[in-house]
Amino acid sequence: MKAKVHVTLKQGVLDPQGKAVQHALAALGFDGVNDVRQGKFIELELTETDPKKAETEVEAMCQKLLANMVIEDYRVDILEG
Amino acid sequence: MKTAVIVFPGSNCDRDVQVALRQSMGTEPLMVWHGDASVPDVDLIVVPGGFSYGDYLRSGAMAAQSPVMRDIVAKANRGVPVLGICNGFQVLTECGLLPGVLMRNANLKFVCKDVYLRTEATDTPFTSGYEQDQVIRIPVAHHDGNYFADDDTLKRLRDENRIAFRYVNADGQTGNEGRNGANPNGSLDDIAGVMNEGRTVLGLMPHPERLSDPTLGGNDGRPMFDGLVAALG
Repeated sequence: MKAKVHVTLKQGVLDPQGKAVQHALAALGFDGVNDVRQGKFIELELTETDPKKAETEVEAMCQKLLANMVIEDYRVDILEG
Repeated sequence: MKTAVIVFPGSNCDRDVQVALRQSMGTEPLMVWHGDASVPDVDLIVVPGGFSYGDYLRSGAMAAQSPVMRDIVAKANRGVPVLGICNGFQVLTECGLLPGVLMRNANLKFVCKDVYLRTEATDTPFTSGYEQDQVIRIPVAHHDGNYFADDDTLKRLRDENRIAFRYVNADGQTGNEGRNGANPNGSLDDIAGVMNEGRTVLGLMPHPERLSDPTLGGNDGRPMFDGLVAALG
């Protein structure tokens, strides 16, 4: 079973890297970009076969290590099979 | 007085701190490897600067989970003084000994230069060697020094006088952010260093150990180590 984790900065936390990317895109002529938020994508290969248990487990991983809850949010997607 | 300096893979200021401590104490600090299960009983633990674990995931995040940190957290909770410098500050926030987080510098650049700090509190073993509001010159060298905490945490830090140092201009004034401003990294409320509730844990981004000997170009860092020896020795 696979888990896909997206870690992003919380709304309201300034994302200077996202801003820099947005400016770079504008400089390339992509001027239709209102906002850019940059984050991390983490893929986990799990031994757990129960999707519910897997999700609980990965959420615990996010809270303990994968995300810093002071400034970051996370989203967990469990892929069966 | 006995001290321990923690060494992670990627630490690079461990020996600078060792020299500064030796100079002020007159005795040799213990160098403790990150994989050790515990730190011997000492009067002060120093988590030094560097790039522990290559800053993987987030600066300080991996080091915060290393075996020795579990013992350091337990000892800190019993009141053993802990000093975290630069990457050490990042490690102390990641393991929860200090509130807040150190984000990427606002200008996205690695900043390496001398800055001025104003001493905001002297009633701690770390800052007793300075005068209240004393302005000192200390180098910074970091990419992730942009201190952030939520509004409630910031209010508590202010109300409890737990901000140890703020970035200022040479004349001791805060403000004036930007290229030539006092604040080198966009840090919230110009915070350069904060303490825990018990005032026994200090984290700061600037490197006092790098200006603790006149032959290095300055001596403003030395009172921190002399003060620690006077308070804890």
